[in-house]
Amino acid sequence: MQASGSAWLAWLSAQWPAVMAAAEHAHQAVNSKTPVKFQVLTPAQAKDVEAIAAQIIPTDELPGAREAGVVYFIDQALKTFAADSLPSYQQGLAELNAAASKKYPGVKQFADASAEQQHEMLQVLSDEAEGSSTAPARRRPQAAASTDFFQTIWQHTIFGFLVDPSGGGDRDYVGWKVIGRDPAHSFAAPFGFYDKDYPGWQEAMAAEEKK
Amino acid sequence: MSQSKVSYKTSDEVDFVIIGSGAAGGVMAKELSTNGFRVVVLEQGPYLTEADFGHNEIDVVFNHQLTNNPKFQPTTFRKTEQDKATKQYSVMYGRCVGGSSVHFTANYWRLHEIDFMERSTVGDVPGASLVDWPIRYEDLEPYYTKVEWECGVSGLAGASPFDPPRSKPYPMPPLPVKGSGVIFERAAKKLGYHPFPAPMAILSQPRAGRSACVNCGFCLGFGCEVKAKSSSLAAMIPVAEATGRCEIRPNCYVHRIETDKAGRVVGAVYFDAKKNSHLQKAKAVVVCANGAETPRLLLLSKSAKYPNGLANSSGLVGKYLMPNSGAIAFATFDEPLNDYKGFAVSRIFHDFYEMDVKKTGIYGGGGLDARFDLAPITFALGALPPGTPKWGSGFKKALNQNFTRTMEIFCHGTSLAVETNSFSLDPDVKDAWGLPALRMTFKDHPNDLRLANWMKDRAMEILEAAGAKTKWHAAIQEQQFAVHLLGTCRMGTDPKTSVINADHRTHDVKNLFLCDGSSLVTSGRGQPTMTIQALAFRAADRITALTKRGEI
Repeated sequence: MQASGSAWLAWLSAQWPAVMAAAEHAHQAVNSKTPVKFQVLTPAQAKDVEAIAAQIIPTDELPGAREAGVVYFIDQALKTFAADSLPSYQQGLAELNAAASKKYPGVKQFADASAEQQHEMLQVLSDEAEGSSTAPARRRPQAAASTDFFQTIWQHTIFGFLVDPSGGGDRDYVGWKVIGRDPAHSFAAPFGFYDKDYPGWQEAMAAEEKK
Repeated sequence: MSQSKVSYKTSDEVDFVIIGSGAAGGVMAKELSTNGFRVVVLEQGPYLTEADFGHNEIDVVFNHQLTNNPKFQPTTFRKTEQDKATKQYSVMYGRCVGGSSVHFTANYWRLHEIDFMERSTVGDVPGASLVDWPIRYEDLEPYYTKVEWECGVSGLAGASPFDPPRSKPYPMPPLPVKGSGVIFERAAKKLGYHPFPAPMAILSQPRAGRSACVNCGFCLGFGCEVKAKSSSLAAMIPVAEATGRCEIRPNCYVHRIETDKAGRVVGAVYFDAKKNSHLQKAKAVVVCANGAETPRLLLLSKSAKYPNGLANSSGLVGKYLMPNSGAIAFATFDEPLNDYKGFAVSRIFHDFYEMDVKKTGIYGGGGLDARFDLAPITFALGALPPGTPKWGSGFKKALNQNFTRTMEIFCHGTSLAVETNSFSLDPDVKDAWGLPALRMTFKDHPNDLRLANWMKDRAMEILEAAGAKTKWHAAIQEQQFAVHLLGTCRMGTDPKTSVINADHRTHDVKNLFLCDGSSLVTSGRGQPTMTIQALAFRAADRITALTKRGEI
């Protein structure tokens, strides 16, 4: 593995400035004491988006969407590859807030509702979206239809939580920490529990023959 | 960024224009330029290199960085010829220098003897057009060996009792086993099957200035950043360019093959990145554009002399599409496999390569492999057990528990050729260049769905024998999405029932050759790329011989 290790280092050193620049930008965005200005979302919208994302992947003993900086990822996405989805966000958030203040007097926007109330409201949205939800084990995932607000924000939350940080999410790899993905860029076998004592194919076959 | 040392003028009549730089086009470019010919390769996608490849799953999987983008190149789908096709993302292929070999899984199985002579072995299959190939396994064997040694394939010769004969061992040992491979191997062995280390077009040792696999884990769908994946981009294109006779010209979208009054091909017409049209002149054209775009291009190239499209006197251009059948079973286990590390597949078996038709009523056959090929987002969107909450703490807990503990068994199998399954030009929908969109017409032969179901049941038995904690499978459904694009300009001896001959020359046009997935006569059992490359090595030999004899 000597040669592959050095190839990896060569690659990394070539990439390092770009990797650092991207990481730095994301880091500034999510860690700055004076909040970085959102590019697309209004501050009120950003609050709601963050609250929804935190319902989808909540914070418990492990970090959630909030700690992964998902709202900053989504703001950036709505300016770039997901620009088509902006009207759906605007409409979806407006409807959600209208429903919130109707259902819970005194609550002006989704983010101000209690966690239980937020959960209840999202459950309604998610039940409505269920019909069009992805079947388990779909092989070729596609970007959600830009008109379906819950599907879209659900997918974007997962994007922002689990994308390699070069893609603008998964701050400090907290999303990967939750799923157990080591952020290293190269690994050597054995990889896990089941292959650690593997004797080699010929030996395994011979051992099986003996049984 | 192009590395080519030579650049030809479009008015230069080069020896060959090759359309497409993927699995077949890359081999063709390397062979023909090495043999002394002046070659221009026109590739519709960009020229990316390992420095451009990263781990951004959104760009790669969802924003089509390496593949055809349905936003600009819409595709349509219908089940039967009586239906009107509607816009649907139905075809995916690599759209960059190196083509689909850049993002593939890299399973490199040879076809077996049976694949070339199934019709004469099992007889006619109702509802299918099953025919023998004009060549046999022995004809292709030396070229399979060439693929293994020149592109770089890891594997263990003789490990499968079902393997066809080979003239040489693999050039390097298999990749390490993964947890999924160990689990699969033990359970399969328990059930009496013959699992073996998967042959993979991924380097297990450094070779030809390329790194061995570093097990980064972003493999299927991604370009390899250390050149360990034996794509045409890593293994073939650099050799072609080093001859100083081959120009790789990216961002060139060929939309017509031009012919003269005598009916001979004179060159290829393409849009450059600015959508300006050019004719690159050539003495001969080799189309390696894949099993969807090759027939589409022939159909787009109709003329007064060829009113049904170029090389289409048989009417069979685009017909007999075979995407391979398949099924996927999933399981979780108690302890972490960490199968996200490394390449996708480490163990397979071929016990069902030839189904017993009398016993099962199923034609063809298949292979099963143990794998994990899901990057984090793709996993979260679609690989949790049925019934898992879609959001909230239950969802998060499932992600936390399952990502490191999940594996898949992938079942790959035969597609029977059916004449009405096809690619054609959509009469209404146009792409961003104003050209008719690809239309896919497809309904699985009932045999293929039976086979997929049957293999799925075997996969579930293996997971049961393996002591899986939970296990489930994807629904077996009629296919509406094709990645393996096979059979659409099939090879044969009779110009009435095939499009090209055994030399890959079109029956109709002497200086027009086709070589890619479209050339296959049967679908094999699921992993076509190695055969596509072996055919390309062989076709390049045939084309070179014909040219040297002045027969083009």
